[in-house]
Amino acid sequence: MATAEQPVLGYGRMKRKEDPRFVRGKGRYVDDVSLPGMLHGAVLRSPLAHARILSIDTSAALQHPKVHAVITGRDLEAQKLAWAPTLSADVQAVLALDKVCFQGQEVAFVVADDHYSARDALELIDVEYEPLPAVVDPRKALDPDAPVIREDIEGKSDNHIFDWEAGDRDATDAVFERAEVVVAQDMIYPRIHPAPMETCGCVADFDAVEGKLTLWCTTQAPHAHRTLYALVAGLPEHKIRVISPDIGGGFGNKVGIYPGYVCSVVTSIVTGRPVKWMEDRTENLTSTAFARDYVMRGEIAATRDGKIQAVRVRVLADHGAFNATAQPSKYPAGFFHIFTGSYDLEAAHCRVTGVYTNKAPGGVAYRCSFRVTEAAYAIERMVDVLADELGVDPAELRMRNLIRPEQFPYRSKTGWVYDSGDYEPALRMALEMAGYDRLREEQGERRERGELMGIGVSFFTETVGAGPRRDMDIVGLGMADGADLRVHPTGKAVLGISVQTQGQGHETTFAQIVAEELGIPAEDVQVVHGDTDETPFGLGTYGSRSTPVSGAAAAVVARKVREKARLIAAAMLEASPADLEWEKGRWYVKGDPEQGKTIQEIAMGAHGTVELPEGVEGGLEAQTVYNPSNLTFPFGAYVCVVDVDPGTGQVKVRRFVAVDDCGTRINPMIVEGQIHGGLAEGVGIALMELIAFDEDGNCLNGSFMDYLIPTAKEVPNFELGATVTPSPHHPIGAKGVGESPTVGSPPAIVNAVIDALEPFGVRHVDMPLTPARVWAAMQGHTEPPA
Amino acid sequence: MQVTLTVNGDEVTREIEPRMLLVHFLRETLSLTGTHWGCDTSNCGACTVLMDGEPVKSCTVLAAMAGGHEVRTIEGLERAGELDPVQQGFIEEHGLQCGFCTPGMVMTARALLDRNPDPTEEEIREAISGQICRCTGYVNIVKAVRWAAEHPAGAAATAASAS
Ligand code: FES
Ligand code: FES
Repeated sequence: MATAEQPVLGYGRMKRKEDPRFVRGKGRYVDDVSLPGMLHGAVLRSPLAHARILSIDTSAALQHPKVHAVITGRDLEAQKLAWAPTLSADVQAVLALDKVCFQGQEVAFVVADDHYSARDALELIDVEYEPLPAVVDPRKALDPDAPVIREDIEGKSDNHIFDWEAGDRDATDAVFERAEVVVAQDMIYPRIHPAPMETCGCVADFDAVEGKLTLWCTTQAPHAHRTLYALVAGLPEHKIRVISPDIGGGFGNKVGIYPGYVCSVVTSIVTGRPVKWMEDRTENLTSTAFARDYVMRGEIAATRDGKIQAVRVRVLADHGAFNATAQPSKYPAGFFHIFTGSYDLEAAHCRVTGVYTNKAPGGVAYRCSFRVTEAAYAIERMVDVLADELGVDPAELRMRNLIRPEQFPYRSKTGWVYDSGDYEPALRMALEMAGYDRLREEQGERRERGELMGIGVSFFTETVGAGPRRDMDIVGLGMADGADLRVHPTGKAVLGISVQTQGQGHETTFAQIVAEELGIPAEDVQVVHGDTDETPFGLGTYGSRSTPVSGAAAAVVARKVREKARLIAAAMLEASPADLEWEKGRWYVKGDPEQGKTIQEIAMGAHGTVELPEGVEGGLEAQTVYNPSNLTFPFGAYVCVVDVDPGTGQVKVRRFVAVDDCGTRINPMIVEGQIHGGLAEGVGIALMELIAFDEDGNCLNGSFMDYLIPTAKEVPNFELGATVTPSPHHPIGAKGVGESPTVGSPPAIVNAVIDALEPFGVRHVDMPLTPARVWAAMQGHTEPPA
Repeated sequence: MQVTLTVNGDEVTREIEPRMLLVHFLRETLSLTGTHWGCDTSNCGACTVLMDGEPVKSCTVLAAMAGGHEVRTIEGLERAGELDPVQQGFIEEHGLQCGFCTPGMVMTARALLDRNPDPTEEEIREAISGQICRCTGYVNIVKAVRWAAEHPAGAAATAASAS
C-alpha cells in the first residue's frame, strides 16, 4: 500500500507495523497452529473444592475409538512430574494425586483425534471423591479448627504461608501514638481475573529423533519458560524451543506455567505426535491465574491541619490452594511496600500474612507490577477517608502532602528510591482538565435536586520495570533482558529482543528506539521476538518491564552499533574516530560536515571492502544484556466523575481525566492506547469484575455471563493529559506505562462513588461497586450482598 | 452429514459432524483462522462473521444451520488487494492492540456501516456492545469506525487526496 507519510526516524506517532496482518485476520495465535498428525488435549477437572480422591478409572475413556492417551497424577508421578515448582517457592500439582484442593483442579488429561472427542472422553473417566470441608474465607484460614489444605507439605499443620513486614514498626507506632488524627479503614481488593480475550493454551511437538521439543505457547515469558522446562523436566535447554507467536492479550494471565502445558508436553512425548491444548473460558476463569484477593486494614495518622504523618497497613493475602504467585521480587508480597504512595511521610509499616484457601492458585499481577495496584488502592482510599474525617477537599489534601520535586531521588520510608517525579503539575493539570471547581459547584446544584454525582481523585506512584538484582529473583534467574542488533549490508536492521508483545506493539516501538539511535527509518528495522531459538535470553513482558528493561537494552545495543559505526566511518573517511561527530543517521568530520558517511554506507563498508582498523571486526552488529540499576516510578493524577442512580444504585462513569507521566514517550499513539485499555479494565475492576465463591468453594463467576467485563457501553471517552519527567537512570528516560491506568483508576472511581454517596454518610464500599452493593450501602448495610 | 454453504464467495461442501459449530468449521475445516473464539457463552463476539450480511456469533451457529447461506469472514473483506475502509480505519486510529477481538469488531462494524453509513458515536457503541475488547478501551475502535464512515473509499481515497 502506498503511503504519503514521511518515514519515521525515531520517536513519535507511527502506525503500527503489526496491524496489517491483524486487520486481515492473518495474525498467528497459538490456536491457529495446526501440525500434521496433531492431537487435541482436554483436562478433567475437579467438581469439588476440597476432596480426597479415592479412585480414578480411565478404562472407559481409553476404549473410546478416538482417544490416544489418558494420563493421571500417578502416571506423572512415575516420571517425577506430578508436582511442579511454582514461581513462589511452593509446588503445585500438575495432576492431582491423593486429593483436590480447589474446584477446577486438574485431575486427568485426555488426548484424542479432535477436540470434541477429547471432551467426550472426559465424561468417561470415573473419579470417586470423598468431600472434605473447604476453607473459603481467608479470614477463617488460620482458625485452629480450619481443615489443613496442604497435607502434601511435610509437617504442615495449618494454612499459613508467610508473614512479611516492611518499614519501621516502632517508629510508625510512635507517630500513631502522638498523632492528632487517626483514621482506619477496612477494605478488600477482591479476587479478579485478567481474562484476556485469548485463553491460555499450547501446541507441544516433541521430535523423538532430534530429541527436540517445540512448544508454541501463550506465554508472556518464553525464555523463562524454556529454562523452567529444562530445570524441572530435565530436558536439555538447547533442545527446547518455546515459540510465543501472536498473543491475544496477557495482562499477567500468561506468565505462569500451567498444568495443561506440562500435560501436553508429556503426551506429545508419549504419543509421538503434536498435542494442542486450549483452555475454554470457564477453565481460564476458574483455574488459571487469578489476581489480588487482599483483605486490608489501613490506618493513617495526620495532624489536624492535614499533614499526613504515617501509614500502617495490615494485609491478609489469599493465595489459593498453591502459592503460585507469579512475581519475581524477593518479597512475598511483591512491591506492596510502595503503599506510601506519592506522599512524604515520617514513618510507615506494613505486615502481610499469606494463607492457603481452597481456591484456584495464582495471585498474578493483573496489569500491575506485583501488588502495586493493591498498594495504590489502599493509600488512595485512606487519603479520601482522612479527607472526609478532616472535612478537607480530597484534591487539596493530596496537594498538601505530595513529595516535592526537590526531594527526588526520594527515599521512601519502606526503602524504595523513587527515581524522578514532579507531582504537583500533574495533579494541577488533571484538576484543570476536569474543571474541578466547576464540577464541585455542579455537584452542589445536583445534590439540591436529589441527584447523586460524585467526583473522585487519585494520585498514584508505581514501581515498575523489574528490576535490579537486589530486589529480584525468580528461580535464580535474575531479571535482565538481552538485545541483539544486526545491521545488514544495505543498512536494514534486525533487532532480536527477549520480551514478548501481547498487544503492546513492540514490533513498532522497538523499531522506533533503534531508529532514534541510528537515524534509520523505523520501517527498516525488523523486530524479532517470541521465539527462543531466534532471540537473546531475557525475562519477558509483565510488570510494565518491556520498555524499562528491554527498551533500555534496545537503546544500549543500538548505541554500541553506533560506536562501532564510528570506528568504521573513521577508517572510510581516513579520520580519527575522535574527530567524528554524530548527527542522526551519519558520522561526519568535525568542522567539515560534507565529509561524512551514513549508517547505510558504513554498513556496506563494514561488510565489504573497507580496510578495517586494527581490532575491529567486520559486520555491523552488537549484543547487550541490560541489568536495570533501579526500578522506574511512573506516576499520574486521575479525576473521575460518576452519576449514581438513586433508585437502583447503578454507577455511570460520566468522565475520566487521566494525566500520566511515564517519562519519555516513544510512540504517543501507543502510549495513549495503553492508557485507554488500562482505564477500561479499571472501570471493570471498580464496578463489575469479581471472582466469588460460595461456602463450599464453588466458583460463582466461571463464565462471561457472570464475570462481567466492560463493553463499549460502560466506558466513557477518556480524556488524557501528559507531563514528562524522564527517568534519570534509564538510557532513554522511559518509565513504562501499560499498568499505570489499572493501578490509578480503581481508587479514583471508588472515591467518586463514595463521594456521590456522601449524603448517606457512606465512607467505604468494597469493589466491585455493583448496583446491589451501592444500593445496600445507601440503605445503611455495611456487609455487601453476595 | 454433508453441508454446502458459500464462504467468502466460494461454494464449499464438506462432510461434518452434525454438532460442529460454525466457528470450528471455519477455523478447522476451512483453515480460516481469522475468525476467533473467546468464550463459551456467546458473550465476547470474537467469533462474529456475517451470514447473509447480518453479524452472527459463529460459536452460536451450527455449521449445519449455515447450509445454503452466505458467510463472510474477515478473510473475505479485502477486495482486489484494497483493504475495506473499516480495516483501514482500525490501522489509522489505532483501533487494535492484540488483534484478537479485531476480526469480530471489523465484521460487526462493516454490517453497521452497510445499514447506517454515517453512525453516531452512540450508535457505534451500541452496535459493538455485544463484543468485548480487553485491550483498547473502545475509544479508538469508535474512532476507527467513524474513520471508515468518513472515508467510504478507504485508503485509496486518502492516498489520492494526500498526493
Ligand atoms: S466465542 Fe465468544 S461470542 Fe462466540
Ligand atoms: S485488541 Fe486485544 S482484545 Fe481487542
